[in-house]
Amino acid sequence: MSIIEVKNIYKVYNETKVPVNALNGVDLKIEEGEFTAIVGPSGSGKTTLLNILGGLDLPSKGDIFIEETNLKDLSSRQLTDFRLHNIGFVFQSYNLIPVLTAKENTEFILQLQKVPKKERIQKAMELLEAVGIADKADHRPGQLSGGQQQRVAVARALASQPRFIIADEPTANLDSRSTNDLLEIMAEMNRKYHSTFIFATHDQRVMDKAHRIVTIDDGKIIGDETFKGR
Amino acid sequence: MLAAIAWRNLWRNKLRSAVIITAIAIGIIGTVVTDGFMSGMTDQRVNAAIANEVSNIQIHNPAFLLNEEIKYTIPQAQKTGNTIRKNQDVKAVSLRLKCQAMASSAIAGAGVTVYGIRPDDEKQVSALHEHIIKGNYLSGKQRFSAIIGQKLAKKLDLGMDDKVIVTLADTTGTITSGAFQIVGIFKTSNDMFDESHVFILKSDMAKLMGFSSASSNEIAILLNNNHSTRSVVRELNKTFKKEIAAHQIVIQSWDQILPILKSLVEIMDYFSYLFLLIILVALAFAIINTMLMAVMERTREIGILMALGLSKRKIFSLIVLETVFLSITGALVGILISISIVYHYSIYGFDLSFVAAGGLNSIGYSSTIFFRVSNNFYLATAIMVILIAVLSSISPALKALKLQPAKAIREDI
Ligand SMILES: Nc1ncnc2c1ncn2[C@@H]1O[C@H](COP(=O)(O)OP(=O)(O)OP(=O)(O)O)[C@@H](O)[C@H]1O
Ligand SMILES: [Mg+2]
Repeated sequence: MSIIEVKNIYKVYNETKVPVNALNGVDLKIEEGEFTAIVGPSGSGKTTLLNILGGLDLPSKGDIFIEETNLKDLSSRQLTDFRLHNIGFVFQSYNLIPVLTAKENTEFILQLQKVPKKERIQKAMELLEAVGIADKADHRPGQLSGGQQQRVAVARALASQPRFIIADEPTANLDSRSTNDLLEIMAEMNRKYHSTFIFATHDQRVMDKAHRIVTIDDGKIIGDETFKGR
Repeated sequence: MLAAIAWRNLWRNKLRSAVIITAIAIGIIGTVVTDGFMSGMTDQRVNAAIANEVSNIQIHNPAFLLNEEIKYTIPQAQKTGNTIRKNQDVKAVSLRLKCQAMASSAIAGAGVTVYGIRPDDEKQVSALHEHIIKGNYLSGKQRFSAIIGQKLAKKLDLGMDDKVIVTLADTTGTITSGAFQIVGIFKTSNDMFDESHVFILKSDMAKLMGFSSASSNEIAILLNNNHSTRSVVRELNKTFKKEIAAHQIVIQSWDQILPILKSLVEIMDYFSYLFLLIILVALAFAIINTMLMAVMERTREIGILMALGLSKRKIFSLIVLETVFLSITGALVGILISISIVYHYSIYGFDLSFVAAGGLNSIGYSSTIFFRVSNNFYLATAIMVILIAVLSSISPALKALKLQPAKAIREDI
């Protein structure tokens, strides 16, 4: 069974004078352990789709199942709780809570999940180690470079072992070296922990690493390729 | 952890937080110091009234209280006085004769209260002998002598060694009068008192009225400590249950004798709390504004917190906590500074003579004020600050709750 199954979803933004049809009938299945890139031109609906996959927004029409759960059936409070326990997020930039250190940021979700302190710290340090930033554990985001911040964000997303991780253009603000490093780390986490990653990107280097590329245009999926052996 | 985030958030915009903390601190210093000043004024007035005028407790014949006729004496006053002296909290007791009279000189007359006292006893109960500015206090030896207030002396145009004529109605209602030589002039902090009191020897007064000098119609009791007034009154009421039931005596504390003074204390208190409330409500608007700005600035960050799974309840608490921390910090600074200011003026006093010594004396105040703030007032300040902080945080917190994560995260920073 797929982790995520999206069935014919539509998304219309009604707040503007002219309603915007951001998604126009999207069907998509994501399997466990996938490393999938969603690509497409600006305004094609990538962020809109990821927000729906991540339970941050609901489709105007159609259903989204995460395993057996239809997200449409959840109350706002249940949805928040569902995100906390099932979904990891890495955003484009300024992901971290500015007043918490790298370690505290990494622990944050575990703390919300009420994981005991010892276990929490151990897990956080393990992941900071894994993303190569353990020596900066006590630095606040403001004292870290953009690439380092994104690595902490990845560590945080992974720490709670979510069912999958949503990353919306995680490398958009990084130079090529940091982009490579971050991709390397995400790919390794995907291998090591078998974590499922879904990211949106414009970046050719990111696409090159993806195991599957879903192309979207005008709110519709127009291509879906899988690359075995990557 | 929520608390840690809230506390650290406070220091992200140091200037903004510092401004609001300073505003809260100044507001609190203003109210507390004002309360200290006002309480100091009332204390001083109360203490002066107790020391110079009414003592802590007085005992009379109930009929005397209704119309101050000298014939209503206290039965067995001596014995009663001796019983009272045995009480641990009682410092001194003075038995007096008291009546309304006319004091006159060759040029003017004035309605006064005349006290017949035994100087040795009276000195123990009243501090009036410390306020003699000319001449001496009464002594038992010099018969038909008097001391009068400076204001009265001026009004009657009398000086030392002049004679003041005291005219009063004796027990039968017949008018009698006597001439008393002025041996001393006093000046207290209460001009109204100074203008209306004449003190003579009890034996002279008894003779003038045709009494035995053992008769008394007022027993004044001074306590070791003003705070025990209420408990001593309770004890005495028990001790003299029979006499009270027989309508022979009635026991009153200073605040029953001078109800206006008691109301004054209460009104001052009431105004202090009202002032505190007004200041805090004004500050609430500044706090609301600051927190609304903080929430708006952090739209994206709050969106991310929501995305990560922070419940609405926790988002709400985060904003409330931050507001409470901000306010408590201001309150703490304000209270600490207030305590030191109040402490300073409680020891050294605040000298008002440069503004209005004369004016203050005429309404019964001395010109140096010793500040006092009750623990209750500090407690009320702390509680009200927290209350106001929580109330002020509601609107910013609701604003934060209205954010939708998907939209908030799209927001530019
Ligand atoms: N809150 C909104 N209200 C109205 N229109 C919106 C809103 N959010 C997105 N849109 C519109 O929906 C369409 C899809 O936007 P979306 O952000 O999903 O595109 P995207 O593929 O992520 O673009 P980019 O590559 O620039 O990030 C765009 O036309 C966008 O203008
Ligand atoms: Mg986008």
